[in-house]
Amino acid sequence: MHRSRRFAALAGRNINRETFVEPWAEAGLMVADSPYDPPASLQLKNGQIVEMDGRQRDEFDAIDLFIATHAINLAVAEEAMSTPAKQIARMLTDINIPREQVARLVSGCTPARLVEIMRHMNVLEMMTAMAKMRIRRIPANQAHVTNFREHPALLAADAAEAALRGFAEVETTVRVARFAPFNALAILVGTQTGRGGVLTQCSVEESLGLRLAMKGLTTYAETLSVYGTERTFVDGDDTPWSKAFLASAYASRGVKIRFTSGTGSEALMGHAEKRSMLYLEARCLLVVRGAGSQGVQNGSISCIALPESLPGGVRAVLAENLLAAMLGLEVASGNDALASHSEIRKTAKLMLQFIPGTDFIFSGYSAIPKRDNLFGGGNFDADDLDDYNVLQRDMQIDGGLKPITEDQALHIRQRAAQAIQAVYRELGFPPITDEEVEAAVVAHSSDDMPPRDIVPDLAAADQFLTSDVNFLAVIAALEKSGFDDVAGNILQMGRERLAGDYLQPSAIFDENFQVRSAINDPNNYSGPGTGYRPEGQRWQEIQNLPQVKPPQAFIDGNTGQPLARLAELEPAAAGTQAEVIVAVGPAFGTALTHTINGLSHESVLEAILTGIASEGMLARIIKVYHTADCGAIGYVGSRLSGSGIAIGLQSRGTTIIHKKGQPPLHNLELFPQSPSLTLETFQHIGRNAARYAKGASTTPVAVKIDNGARLRLIVKTTLMHRREIDEVREHQLPLELRFDWEPNE
Amino acid sequence: MSDPKYPLMQNAADQLRALSGRSLSEITLDAAASGSLTADDIRIQADTLRQQAEVAEQAGYVQLGANLRRAAELTAVPNNEVLQIYELLRPGRASYTQLIQLAEHLETTYQATVTGGFIREAAEVYKQRSLLR
Repeated sequence: MHRSRRFAALAGRNINRETFVEPWAEAGLMVADSPYDPPASLQLKNGQIVEMDGRQRDEFDAIDLFIATHAINLAVAEEAMSTPAKQIARMLTDINIPREQVARLVSGCTPARLVEIMRHMNVLEMMTAMAKMRIRRIPANQAHVTNFREHPALLAADAAEAALRGFAEVETTVRVARFAPFNALAILVGTQTGRGGVLTQCSVEESLGLRLAMKGLTTYAETLSVYGTERTFVDGDDTPWSKAFLASAYASRGVKIRFTSGTGSEALMGHAEKRSMLYLEARCLLVVRGAGSQGVQNGSISCIALPESLPGGVRAVLAENLLAAMLGLEVASGNDALASHSEIRKTAKLMLQFIPGTDFIFSGYSAIPKRDNLFGGGNFDADDLDDYNVLQRDMQIDGGLKPITEDQALHIRQRAAQAIQAVYRELGFPPITDEEVEAAVVAHSSDDMPPRDIVPDLAAADQFLTSDVNFLAVIAALEKSGFDDVAGNILQMGRERLAGDYLQPSAIFDENFQVRSAINDPNNYSGPGTGYRPEGQRWQEIQNLPQVKPPQAFIDGNTGQPLARLAELEPAAAGTQAEVIVAVGPAFGTALTHTINGLSHESVLEAILTGIASEGMLARIIKVYHTADCGAIGYVGSRLSGSGIAIGLQSRGTTIIHKKGQPPLHNLELFPQSPSLTLETFQHIGRNAARYAKGASTTPVAVKIDNGARLRLIVKTTLMHRREIDEVREHQLPLELRFDWEPNE
Repeated sequence: MSDPKYPLMQNAADQLRALSGRSLSEITLDAAASGSLTADDIRIQADTLRQQAEVAEQAGYVQLGANLRRAAELTAVPNNEVLQIYELLRPGRASYTQLIQLAEHLETTYQATVTGGFIREAAEVYKQRSLLR
């Protein structure tokens, strides 16, 4: 068989590094609608659920029992279950039906009924529904900050930068579990240097996580994982009751939590019980709700590559995000693990959460490079930060981030690294040297950090964890070292624990340390003209990328002193001799002095005249004032040319060779790609024009095709053309120009 | 309609007290820097959690409200004991009797009747689903 060169090229594309598998229902490798998924059903007897989704109560497993006891609103269950799924699906996208009304019905649905509702919806409808059902009005974003060396100064610096960039939450984790208290401490100090009120967590084993929270080193916890089958739940070493207890334990210490679930985990752990991923996720979400968690991190999370290997996987992941929002849960919507090798595919996937907005669009945007990410990469990472900011600007969407300048980043990184250095010094931890601080300020990744002896660090971390020293000592250390603002922010996080306002659904703190949650800032989207969209100051902030330049800056290099060697004479008369006219645009040599690719107008004229002279032909230069159009300039020139041949030349370099008698747009040769034109090209153009004037046979000038030129230079082109048009004088006849030049011989 | 008191930090700050009984206004940077604050000075009180439970319930977040009511009870339980209870509730850790005794202990020592009931419920399910030790 022949090898198609096209197929060979496609085979080399990143998309073909992905894994694609056929669905296999028996193994749970089906994203939705497995033939083994139960039909939705619900029977009540004496105020108790006696049948749910085709199972009798005596067949209920622990998850069924938990859901039946805690998760379903029995007051509306019969109404909800008798409302057709399609009708609820339509209510979700109907802008005339408010969120609360849909949420009320959803609260009485069983897992199978939730999945049936999704069956009627395509991704566009799900996105519309998400925009309405998200519980907090303004979307936000969460960052992952880790590094493989677990360097405290780098963690603090990266956390500070993440906070400055706008992330409302920052999550870290460990490579070596014993580092947990130190890593939690570093991002606490870092974030509160960057911006007070950013919530922080350290993802570790459940009990250790609770201990960190009790010490005040974390302000929320997220990795309370739940699963959709009993076997998987038990393999995860928990039950719905132990997880619910854990949720209460955190709340009793004033600490926010959200649970974690996501499609694919049950299949991956081998106990999917032939159910589809989405059905199992619906069970998870009812456990989350039943346990009283205010929210959930879902969207397949670390299993994302599994649903993405299956047909409809990305749609199912959006469906699970939407189900969570429908259930009144805060949604931190995944996008936190490497989902694809393909930049196109990873971005396309993101759009499903980015466009409607979720409570946290990423449950971990990797604010550090991929190789430093201890969560297994991120769908987007530090290298994509500018891309992300541009996406916000392109679509006028608030994705939770803002552009910052390099100076701002360096400044905040230095303060954060110095702050953690001070804390280590005051608390007697192994010192952080000035050299380490300086490295952390400018670092992109762990590779930029000097090596650090981790043995004493680990010993100090162990001691810190078991001691009574808590975040109050950290506050004192910071205050003593002159970091009053950072100390004040950490103390304020402690004061917030007393109030517990941030235990409410989807709570974050804004830049003024004010809580914003689904209670005091609920989503009020109900169609065009309602709800949140970035406007005013926030929209300005999104627009003002450091890369943005004022229009004038684009043509600064194309302006200068008017050409001293080029003088205007009387109005140009019609020629009678054999000649080529070079007709230039109104800004040529005056308002503009260089072509788009920086060739001086003098050198361009010299090149053209050299070309004309090389064929022994005379040349005349005129300036056309009444038009800036290249075709029209050449047309006017040809009518004044004794030979009928003219070269029309716009100030930006676009050139035409025109012959008298032909209509303006019918030319001998056209050179529309001004950025590709070199002095050699211009000389060749002059020579060809002269040959046309002599009636000699002529081969057109070959020019390079550069399809990127328009992309790179369209703004500059627009502004240069505008400058040319500014010089147009409608009633001014073409003027003869004298150019002080002699051919080299 | 959301509770007009929410957020408490804004609307009821003068009534906020720490678990220790100290009022919020005493939780200052100076106090922290001089080392006069203790861990209980930065812990939430049961009453505050119950107020937050009411806020949640009024806004329709019924299960969150129930969670915060269990949490209110757990404010009285020391850190180590909380960690131990969590450990016992994990699958295969406790016998039925142990869980019932745990519930009784919480009910009598800390008046944690909601949490006690929750653990009794778990004990029944664990027995039924072979999740006991």
